[in-house]
Amino acid sequence: MGDEQGGYQIDLGNLAAFGPHHQFASVLDNREDLLKECISHGTKLIQAVADALFNLPSTEDASGPVVSLPPPSTKFPREKPLPKPKPLTSWAEFAIKKGIQNRKRDKRVFDEQTDSWKRRYGYDRVNDDNDLPIIEAKMTDEPGVDPFAKRRSEKRQRVEKQEKNRLHNLKAAAKVGALPSHVQLAATALPITGTQAAPRKVSKDELQNVAGMAATSTASGGKFDKKLAGEKPPKHDKKYRKFLPVVEGSGMGSLEKQQSDKILNKLMAKNSHEIFNVGKAVDMYNAKSDKKRRNQQGKSSSTSSKLKVKKSPYKNKSTKKSSSISLEEII
Amino acid sequence: MLRIKTPKSLRAKRELEKRAPKLVERGKKTLILHGTKTSNTLNAVLTEIYHLKKDNAVKYSRRNDNIRPFESGGETSLEFYSLKTDCSLFVYGSHSKKRPDNLVIGRTYDHHIYDLVEIGVENFKSMSSCSYDKKLAPLIGSKPFFAFIGEGFENVEELKHLKEVLLDLFRGQVVSNLNLAGLDRVYVCTAVSSNKVLFTHCALRLKKSGTVVPRVELVEVGPSMDLVVRRHRLPDEGLKKEAHKVPHELIKKKEKNVSKDAIAGKIGKIYVPDQQVGSASLPFTPKGVKRERREAKAKGEDKKHAEKKQK
Repeated sequence: MGDEQGGYQIDLGNLAAFGPHHQFASVLDNREDLLKECISHGTKLIQAVADALFNLPSTEDASGPVVSLPPPSTKFPREKPLPKPKPLTSWAEFAIKKGIQNRKRDKRVFDEQTDSWKRRYGYDRVNDDNDLPIIEAKMTDEPGVDPFAKRRSEKRQRVEKQEKNRLHNLKAAAKVGALPSHVQLAATALPITGTQAAPRKVSKDELQNVAGMAATSTASGGKFDKKLAGEKPPKHDKKYRKFLPVVEGSGMGSLEKQQSDKILNKLMAKNSHEIFNVGKAVDMYNAKSDKKRRNQQGKSSSTSSKLKVKKSPYKNKSTKKSSSISLEEII
Repeated sequence: MLRIKTPKSLRAKRELEKRAPKLVERGKKTLILHGTKTSNTLNAVLTEIYHLKKDNAVKYSRRNDNIRPFESGGETSLEFYSLKTDCSLFVYGSHSKKRPDNLVIGRTYDHHIYDLVEIGVENFKSMSSCSYDKKLAPLIGSKPFFAFIGEGFENVEELKHLKEVLLDLFRGQVVSNLNLAGLDRVYVCTAVSSNKVLFTHCALRLKKSGTVVPRVELVEVGPSMDLVVRRHRLPDEGLKKEAHKVPHELIKKKEKNVSKDAIAGKIGKIYVPDQQVGSASLPFTPKGVKRERREAKAKGEDKKHAEKKQK
């Protein structure tokens, strides 16, 4: 309660008194005096709070008078966000729709077979499947079906269905953000970016690339790796060098002639216009001449050449042809 | 892939439920730690604060080099500790030439820094140096009184912030039922200037007076220090609004149609909806006289025969 008591504001919920109107008559140099004045003034404030407090209706308890405090008037921030309301589980929705009341079940149930009180679940329970000695056959039963196995499989199905429903309910709660407090979601594979999102699915090409990289990183280059059922064979699984046959005729289609012709054509400038990239050469020439012109302009006003960065005399800047010729490729 | 993790033991489950966000919150815990360098006074201050709040405080004794609360990257350690110990208040002490005897008091919201106040401690007087009658010593965990003197606490923004933080730090658990016999401590804060606050902890002595209200007497027991406000960081508006939200269920609902009268006592009003006598549904459906029913039935059958023939 924010009462005004003799010029003080009182917050009973926090047992606090605020006295904003006090004026210090003089800045007291002596610390002792200052402290004394603080304490005396504090006493007055606390007396005001105590007045309000002891005047509240109190009940007598064994240890002393107990007073019911009003809620505090100064607002404080919470330490955690408000809990989100849980969405109803599918069973809860169904129960509300049908008007099913939740009934408390007894822990002990009377077992007719043994005439004793047994647990409803757990060790030594009432309707345990393992305890059944005889299952009577019904008219609807097919011959050849094991009724004990059938019971067991039915129970397993029921358990699986329940587990599926439980996960479905948890997912629905997680979507809203209202997971129960003891359940946490853990990412089994940590994303590199550190976000909480699950990593996206990998595509076929990416998988093939990764498999290829893994294969080449083996000692034998992935040649003897066991391939799985659906995996495609490696793209270039043959040798990378081609050797000509030892004995061969020297007709028109002779391989050796073809080979040497190929090399010579590439080296000599017979098809040089296909190899030489005119546009690129022109661009390079223009850029070089521009740069030279700029440097010359700069030279007339700037420092001497001694202070300039000397270009290394060892590097040769010959004009490169666009295609690189490697002997390996030809052979 | 996300996997569901549930606690494997009941004890772990209970701990997790304790730390979950609730509608009505339990008291805040405090984490007390210090940085790279501390002075003697600062060590004493930290231990005294820990003793004052023994019930709900955690004190770390190692030094923490990488905590800088006011810098953007230096608060990650603090947030991690706050998460691990479930503390939403922290007191971080450090000492340097530029900021001697420095205390940073901060609050967290959802384990992220909410606001900070940096104060310097001067003229520290510890509990052991005050001489008083030992019978008056306040017990741990008792709810304290607060007295804030001075207009600075209303006008100056930094002092307003400091007042809030000090109240939050020392107030203890918010209770609705209080035993009046257990009141024995007072915190007195005086705003001496626009950035200096005298902070004292006193024991309370209730003396007999004629009326129900006892006479209050303050005896200085505990630590007393001068707090000089250096820096502070207020929470940003959106976060502040979110942190101050009161859940819908806790807002007291006004009882409608009830009023109190001096003569008659408690009066309630009942509103009766309009009764429509003509269109009300009766418990039995009027069937009509037997002869009319017979005739109507006969007519209906004729109609049916006629329809069949047409088909």
